[in-house]
Amino acid sequence: MTVLAEGSYASPTGQEIVFVLLGVVTLAAAVLVVTTRRLVHAALWLVVAFGALAGCYLVMSAELVAWVQVLIYVGAVVVLLLFGIMLTRAPIGPSTDLDGANRPAAVVVAVALAGVLVTVIVDGFRTAYVPSARASSGAGSAETIGAALFRDWVLPFEALSVLLLAALIGAIVLSRREIGPAETDARRGGGEGEG
Amino acid sequence: MSTHVLAAEDLSGFGTDPWWLIVIKVLFIFVFLVLSVLLTMWAERRILGRMQLRLGPNRHGPFGLLQGLADGLKLGVKEDLVPKNVDKWVYILAPAAASAPAFISFAIMPFGPQVSIFGHQTHLQLTDLPVAVLLVLAMASMGVYGFVLAGWASGSPFALLGGLRSSAQVISYEIAMALTFVAVFLYAGTLSTSGIVDAQERLWFAVVLIPSFLIYMVTMVGETNRIPFDLPEGEGELVGGYHTEYSSMKFAMFFLAEYVNMSTVCGLSVTLFLGGWRAPAPISTIWPDANTGWWPMLWFIAKFAMVMFIFIWLRAAMPRVRYDQLMKLGWKVLIPVSIVWIIVVATMRALRNAEATTTTWLVVVGAGLAAALVALYLWDRAAEKRREAKETAKEQEFATLKAKPTAGGFPVPPLRAAHYGSAVRDALEAPRPERGTSAKEVTGA
Repeated sequence: MTVLAEGSYASPTGQEIVFVLLGVVTLAAAVLVVTTRRLVHAALWLVVAFGALAGCYLVMSAELVAWVQVLIYVGAVVVLLLFGIMLTRAPIGPSTDLDGANRPAAVVVAVALAGVLVTVIVDGFRTAYVPSARASSGAGSAETIGAALFRDWVLPFEALSVLLLAALIGAIVLSRREIGPAETDARRGGGEGEG
Repeated sequence: MSTHVLAAEDLSGFGTDPWWLIVIKVLFIFVFLVLSVLLTMWAERRILGRMQLRLGPNRHGPFGLLQGLADGLKLGVKEDLVPKNVDKWVYILAPAAASAPAFISFAIMPFGPQVSIFGHQTHLQLTDLPVAVLLVLAMASMGVYGFVLAGWASGSPFALLGGLRSSAQVISYEIAMALTFVAVFLYAGTLSTSGIVDAQERLWFAVVLIPSFLIYMVTMVGETNRIPFDLPEGEGELVGGYHTEYSSMKFAMFFLAEYVNMSTVCGLSVTLFLGGWRAPAPISTIWPDANTGWWPMLWFIAKFAMVMFIFIWLRAAMPRVRYDQLMKLGWKVLIPVSIVWIIVVATMRALRNAEATTTTWLVVVGAGLAAALVALYLWDRAAEKRREAKETAKEQEFATLKAKPTAGGFPVPPLRAAHYGSAVRDALEAPRPERGTSAKEVTGA
């Protein structure tokens, strides 16, 4: 990975400039997510942030990751968020009760976390320079990622699947009233619960 | 195992076009889609007319061919209403968010093989990616935003319900749709559309992977919100669904998005399952040149029109399903069946890759059949029990409803949410201030 090749950070290529611009868009959209007073607009800024992040992956020629990012985060996660908002309140216009009392603490924690991550990454990859032409030779293809995921990283992958399964079952248990101790006036529990 | 690569992915022919060729291709795709929308509208109304023993539009141009144009003109000159309570930005953004992704998907649709345009060898396809089909799926899920946001920003309960239904439906059916693609990827060994068409040189995937194809045909109707799955705009319940509050060109954009989405899923079904631009069997056997030059575009468009006809046919033949039936079909039938089918396909491919002997094949297939029989037997017994339990539950529910008619029901948004005008209604319903009451008390109430 740490290939010191020709080229450096001093003379950026077009791709690197686009990458930095996309990063700025991501950051700005992320800040707007937490500062806007309109609930649904916050979700939309989240879409912009995720989309710009997908753009970053695309610039690094990780095509599969980029489109999966769009598919899962933009296409499913935020849509479900919006779905939840609209099923409950869906207010049009600014809401006044979006800020909690812990706001300063949250700002401190977020800035500290960002500081730690940026320091670690800058420190770790200061001298690593991977020219994008190298990266485009199939490093981000479905085949490479699939092979890496199911050969080298299969255990974390399976552990994550189990975690997701647990979350799924938890959601079902929380949302279905007829599971658990039988209530006397359970409306439609009789059929499936005891059968 | 990695030595058995099924189809060598060769995308070297893409990304080398000069700029004028790209412009030509982009323009062609745009014109193709707009024309197909206009013609589909006309064909739909004519065919529906035929199936319902009437004529359909026949006044504008020969056979009423210009009806679509007349409709578009009518929509264009209508008044562009913007209701008072809308969220302006999102209200204007929504039609664009619905129609733009629909157009993008067509960039990876292969219309034909390599041809020569002004002395330049190029594929009849705007571009191709190693993950082209994922792009289509991503764009389909982006299109949902148009519907959800239109529903929300309109500030109307009908529109909101339409948007909610649309998002839940499209996401559910997209999962089933993506699962049908997995079988295609397993057989083709690639995610690029041109590679998938090449992999169908001998046999269409619609034949090899019949279950996938049938499930895809169902999900593509669900994905495009068409009858019998057009609940997001069920006019009986929701006036017009998510576009209730839209008029003029903004409404036309939603209309365009729906029909372009239909074109996209039709094109995708042709590409993934019906051999793409390759000529159907009897033609290609008696005419060896059918798959070269510009002819393939004809086969592609013919197949495309055929699948589009199925959409129209369904609309004439089917009533609308109920929403819980729609969800049950998606989650409890299509997705489990797809998953089992993928496991079967993966097992077959693994056996073939391992160059299994006939005995192994027989053992695996026999074991699979035995397991299927046992599962069927157990399922049948469980179904019998379930049926009895359902009967008792139904009786119980009737008893409950007799005692308390308002019990139960499906979850719906609150009737008095601030965003659809209940603030206005609350003010109207509030007790009128008596003569002489100060304004202070009224605002405080």
